[in-house]
Amino acid sequence: MADTTADRDMAAETAMPGPPDPPERPQVARLTPMEWVRENLFSTWYDTLMTVVFGAGLVFAIYRGLRFLFVTGRWEIIDRNMTNLMVWLWPNRPDLLRPWVALFLMVAAVGLLAGRAVRVAATVAEEAGEPIEELSWRENALRVLGRFWPFVMLLVFIGWYSGSPETWLMELLVVVDLLAFRALALRLPKAVADRTGLIAGLLFLAAFGTLTWFGGHGWDDWGGLMLTIFLAAGGIILSFPLGVGLALGRRSSFPIVRTICVTYIELIRGVPLITLLFMASIMLGFFLPSDFNSPAGVTRALVAIILFTAAYVAEIVRGGLQSVPQGQIEAAQAVGLSPLKQTRLIVLPQALRNVIPALVGQFISLLKDTSLVAIIGQFEILGVARRITNQGDFAGQGLLAETLFFAALVYWVLAYTMSRESQRLEKRLGVGER
Amino acid sequence: MAASTTAGGPRPPLWRDVRVLRVVGQIAFAILTVAFLWWIWGNLTDNLQSRNLPTGFDYLSQPGGFIVQYSDVTSSTPIWKVILTGVKNTLLVSAVGIVLATVIGVLIGIGRLSNNWLVRKGSALYVEAVRNIPVLVWIIFFFSALLLPVLPVVEESVTGDLFVANNRAISVAGPTTPSGGAGTLWLLGLVAVLAGIAVAWWRTRRNVRTGQPHHRVIWGLLTAIVVFAIGFVVAGVDVGLDRPAREGFAVTGGFALSTPYLGVLIGLVVYTASHIAEIVRGSILAVPKGQQEAAQALALSGFQRMRYVILPQALRIMVPPTANQYLNLTKNSSLAIAVGYADVMQVVKTVIGNGRPAPQNIAIAMAVYLAFSLTISFFTNLYNRRIQYVGRS
Repeated sequence: MADTTADRDMAAETAMPGPPDPPERPQVARLTPMEWVRENLFSTWYDTLMTVVFGAGLVFAIYRGLRFLFVTGRWEIIDRNMTNLMVWLWPNRPDLLRPWVALFLMVAAVGLLAGRAVRVAATVAEEAGEPIEELSWRENALRVLGRFWPFVMLLVFIGWYSGSPETWLMELLVVVDLLAFRALALRLPKAVADRTGLIAGLLFLAAFGTLTWFGGHGWDDWGGLMLTIFLAAGGIILSFPLGVGLALGRRSSFPIVRTICVTYIELIRGVPLITLLFMASIMLGFFLPSDFNSPAGVTRALVAIILFTAAYVAEIVRGGLQSVPQGQIEAAQAVGLSPLKQTRLIVLPQALRNVIPALVGQFISLLKDTSLVAIIGQFEILGVARRITNQGDFAGQGLLAETLFFAALVYWVLAYTMSRESQRLEKRLGVGER
Repeated sequence: MAASTTAGGPRPPLWRDVRVLRVVGQIAFAILTVAFLWWIWGNLTDNLQSRNLPTGFDYLSQPGGFIVQYSDVTSSTPIWKVILTGVKNTLLVSAVGIVLATVIGVLIGIGRLSNNWLVRKGSALYVEAVRNIPVLVWIIFFFSALLLPVLPVVEESVTGDLFVANNRAISVAGPTTPSGGAGTLWLLGLVAVLAGIAVAWWRTRRNVRTGQPHHRVIWGLLTAIVVFAIGFVVAGVDVGLDRPAREGFAVTGGFALSTPYLGVLIGLVVYTASHIAEIVRGSILAVPKGQQEAAQALALSGFQRMRYVILPQALRIMVPPTANQYLNLTKNSSLAIAVGYADVMQVVKTVIGNGRPAPQNIAIAMAVYLAFSLTISFFTNLYNRRIQYVGRS
């Protein structure tokens, strides 16, 4: 009885006449430019000191950078070697039809996936009851530019310094290809759209096939940026099954299996990738029977990368496995699923969805690590950047800064955009919040 | 038939008994693994023998047949000693790199949260520009595109009173070896450091007992310096300044920092600092905002807020990922091979190039890196446990 009266008193106290006033927003002080500068740059004596020192350093760095870009840099080497940097000695030079078709197929797949992501994000926002912003095309364009300015910058850089109209045309076609397939993904019927991932995968496979099948050339003949991307993508995809196996093994209740998996993972994670690459490039022949036809350079590098990445993927997947609540496993046991089915149908799908951001991070770090195959004599983009400074026309002129700048720019654009986009997608799709 | 598998009945047949299957499955897995390793081992020994290469490690005591610059390795030095020099060089670049990367990383991480607009944006620019480019590109850039072209050749060395700089090395003045050997000096240094630690410990104890400020860092450092100075005078160590000087193509004297070393060091530090800065920023942001506000309410200065309130709490979050970065830096130091700095990987590669067996050499290099990794994990885990414990009690 006493409880209910107390409740009623509370209710009477908290009840308010009419709807509450919307909370007033705090007044943001309007600063004049002078005040802003004083507040943000010169508020105390050490603030002033830092501004002066930091500003001087920054101005110097930017001045040197711009001077290098527009005055002292000799970019002819990039222009003349653009094909080398992209595909190195593609065997059928000058016929580059296959790499171009492969590029267009891959860009189409990326476009489809981008459109799909937009659609899913819209659905998620709708379910959450968030209003969908209507933007004018100008706002839209600005926003896209804000997200993809690194790519635009790279395209402009390539187009500008190659100085040929065909380059601009091809770049335009790539962009059109991307936008067309993104638009297509937005308009596909739902049944097809739900299989976008599969279609994109098939497109990637088709790109691979265009390069290798029907008289094409295997990856041992590849080089340049093409090889960089292949090593990173191939490395992460092919190491995935081994990584999942190792993660399951590490969590297994079989002590022997667990010991072997833990040993493998910790051993690999304790040594640098370069030792594995050396092992593959010098020693693979020692480990195989002498009459065995041992594979060529790129395959060896790929094997080392897979063995290396698998250990890291295993640790990521283990984190995902640990994030699946015990109740899920118990529920699966309760409905009588076999251990294999429990893992395959209940545990793994939830675990893998949780680790997508971490896997993207691993992919980015692998993309940077592929530069190491340059040390064992493979010509991915860094290897090409180092090699072309020895060409007859350019040897001994100290052009390494220019070629390194270009390679670094490509790495930077790819890694920066991917990390930004994955963060954005993670936030919008609410991965890890479900 | 069906009755035999119902609960409470006799045990199921062997091929369906979980307890049996567990044991059999594991044994099968173990046998497969062992068989695979055995096969590889067999191939390895066969291949080594067919190429007339030794299967053991006896070759380590033979002379290496090459010299390593800026070390006492000559062509008659046994291989194990040459590899040891490489290990020392790896240690040198990693240890210095870890210290510098931590200092710069922490500064930039704090800079990203500064009230100063320029510092904030500049730090963000640094982090975003640096961490998305491979460390190998940085190392090659600093060595081959910056240090080599910018520094003059030996004949035109920039010579100052205390340094000689050219594109082989930057030599700086250092203490000469005393006549009685360096032993006394090291001993003196050790005694001074121990005395400093003892005093710092005493100040801490006193602080815990009486609550008076400890100033243990200042006390400890002063004690160490005073002890060292007194010992220096009393023992009469005849130490002088060893100035580098150039004679033709050779620079003698002083302490040489070779350009490959500097290239690797700067590359590693610049790259790792950007990662540490992100960790520091994230850890500081993870400290509840109320802590910052409470510190402000107590009228602590900006430095005091950071030093006594925010950083000690952020430290706990920071340690495990930073330890990971230390491991990465040590492993990345193997990229010294790209610029020819004689770290363990470079030395091992040269040894292999001289016709020594590759498998043993690579195994040695891997074991060295494993040992480094395990040591770093051990110490950072120890430190981690210590600060966690202090924080919770």
